[in-house]
Amino acid sequence: MRPLGLDATDLFVEDGALVDEAPAGAQVLDADGLVALPGLVDLHTHLREPGREDAETVETGTLAAALGGFTAVHAMANTEPVADVAGVVEQVWRLGLEAGYCDVHPVGAVTVGLAGEQLAELGAMADSAARVRVFSDDGRCVHDPLLMRRALEYVKAFDGVVAQHAQDPRLTEGAQMNEGAQSARLGLAGWPAVAEEAVIARDCLLAAHVGSRVHFCHVSTAGSVEIVRWAKRKGWNVTAEVTPHHLLLTDDLVASYDPVFKVNPPLRSSEDVEALRDALADGTIDAVATDHAPHALEDKETEWAAAAFGMTGLETALSVVAAAMVETGRLDWSGVADRMSVRPARIGRLTAQGQPLLPGAPANLVLLDPAARVVVDPSTSASRSRNTPYAGRELPARVVATFLRGRPTVLDGKPA
Amino acid sequence: MTHPQTALPQHLLSAADLSRDNALLVLDTAEELARVADRPIKKLPTLRGRTVVNLFFEDSTRTRTSFEVAAKRLSADVINFSAKGSSVSKGESLKDTALTLEAMGADAVVCRHGASGAPHRLAHWIRGSVVNAGDGTHEHPTQALLDAFTMRSRLGRLEALRVAIVGDVLHSRVARSNVLLLSTLGAEVTVVAPPTLLPVGVEHWPCAVSYDLDGVLPKSDVVMMLRVQRERMYGGFFPTTREYSRRYGLDARRMATLPDDAIVMHPGPMNRGVEIAAEVADSVRSTIVEQVANGVSVRMAVLYLLLGGAFVSDMAGAGADVA
Repeated sequence: MRPLGLDATDLFVEDGALVDEAPAGAQVLDADGLVALPGLVDLHTHLREPGREDAETVETGTLAAALGGFTAVHAMANTEPVADVAGVVEQVWRLGLEAGYCDVHPVGAVTVGLAGEQLAELGAMADSAARVRVFSDDGRCVHDPLLMRRALEYVKAFDGVVAQHAQDPRLTEGAQMNEGAQSARLGLAGWPAVAEEAVIARDCLLAAHVGSRVHFCHVSTAGSVEIVRWAKRKGWNVTAEVTPHHLLLTDDLVASYDPVFKVNPPLRSSEDVEALRDALADGTIDAVATDHAPHALEDKETEWAAAAFGMTGLETALSVVAAAMVETGRLDWSGVADRMSVRPARIGRLTAQGQPLLPGAPANLVLLDPAARVVVDPSTSASRSRNTPYAGRELPARVVATFLRGRPTVLDGKPA
Repeated sequence: MTHPQTALPQHLLSAADLSRDNALLVLDTAEELARVADRPIKKLPTLRGRTVVNLFFEDSTRTRTSFEVAAKRLSADVINFSAKGSSVSKGESLKDTALTLEAMGADAVVCRHGASGAPHRLAHWIRGSVVNAGDGTHEHPTQALLDAFTMRSRLGRLEALRVAIVGDVLHSRVARSNVLLLSTLGAEVTVVAPPTLLPVGVEHWPCAVSYDLDGVLPKSDVVMMLRVQRERMYGGFFPTTREYSRRYGLDARRMATLPDDAIVMHPGPMNRGVEIAAEVADSVRSTIVEQVANGVSVRMAVLYLLLGGAFVSDMAGAGADVA
């Protein structure tokens, strides 16, 4: 195999860690022609449990993650009940351990019930068995500037980070799609770029003022990229993620009114897609995060306005990044490892993930076939939901095997 | 008839679905069918045995009645399926409603829905033809056809006709369909509104844009006034109804600045005293009542062409004498 796509070599695993020579009696896996990367880390996954087990469970979601090459996921807090107390985050964390497909790191809600009014017990979640370090009201924006300031300050005590879903609520009342030529034609209420960018600008300034770090979920516009680039140039502690779908898809797809393309933030223009790709390539955007958002069929088989926001993405993420970034020459496999494993692990403060493939490191890794091409078939997804926007699309690269601390979770592209 | 065999697409979802030939075919067919209304027996046997469902998720007595009269004049069986008092109000999904209509064997479904694109979704789930009778803030293609029909019958042409569409363009399905259809038919459209009631992206539409009604009126052959919805009056889109009326309402003083033969249109229902003054609505320039009558003829033509497919001249063989 070729670690990070570089020179071919062998990798040896013993007791869950990489070692420098073959252990006696070791099992041998022929990985000729495959690329080895550190196991992928997702900063943004919706596992839906507890509450919407009809759409996804920790078990089905983490199996989908393993099949996509992930060894760790951050489970978003917008469950029912909301993950805003230690009890809920510990439950999700334990369900992840029991399933055993990948590490599950619950994200704690910033505010009680995601209501944006009162800070949740962030310290209790940080101190719990789940050791929460990422906090987010994802799906809702922490739009009250004073509350956001307090949250940014408070999490410094345990080296946490607030992951902001940047969306000004007043500017997006009833919004259905990116505001521009398409929304004007389709008669769908517009979602202006400024609704995202204004919050990102404000929070960069707030984070700088109180000396905190801030992370931006799923940035989707060229303007957001410019603001993050500016903040980083200032030396501020700002990080950002982009979803695979915002790297590949544009708002032209909404013309079908098929709600499989309805997502928050919305699909944007091709100019935005270009800017996001460039920003991921130059490191302005730190990470790819899936925003895997499974939804039951009845929540998507409706008229556009009634449909839920979100797309599945765990199983296709690596292939989409290969199409948008590797095939276009913007990232090599080492760059993909950096944006999909090393940096997201660092943002989430995960010390056992995103490590170099060197002796001594935990054996969290993914083997992929860079030459393969796969046609996406929603019916074969391990997710409980089918709302992938890539149905029927041919994408490059295929995950062949995933190892979690030396134990295979996926072999030959199937659950091990 | 002089048209080549320009079959309509299966569905009429957007005015953009119609080529120039398609649109002229509808207008010419409507003209032929309008003569039926002048006969003592206003009925043709053309769609006998065919079922047309009026699927109305929003109240709209005028549009529903217009389609109902149109279908009945063509001898179709008409089922009115309104959301209120049906299973839809008990939470049935659009898909289940569609499957029910499909099982009943609807040949055409005329759909009015509050959500943009709902008729597009419906068209995925049923085999019959779907006619968009107004979807959210998207389109209302038969309204545009009846407006074009009205302009042509009053002014004798559509090519190079100067049409001003005035008012809440942002939320108007009438405006969207008219801009598309009229540009297809060669008219020169200007949309006129306060900037808050124009969509971002309007610069990509095949029309001119103006904020100045007084500047546009002397250069207009047609003025189409759009209804100001009550919720816009309180949505902060403009300061007060009075200010809106002063800047964008059509009163007698403004009407006097129009060229001599210019006409005034309104899709109804009107807010007299807001976007249109009573003396304008009731003037000889007003086509508002004609628009209603023309609506029936145009909808007959649409149903006839979607379901029958044959030309009007063929109807002689079916026992009708309209040509």
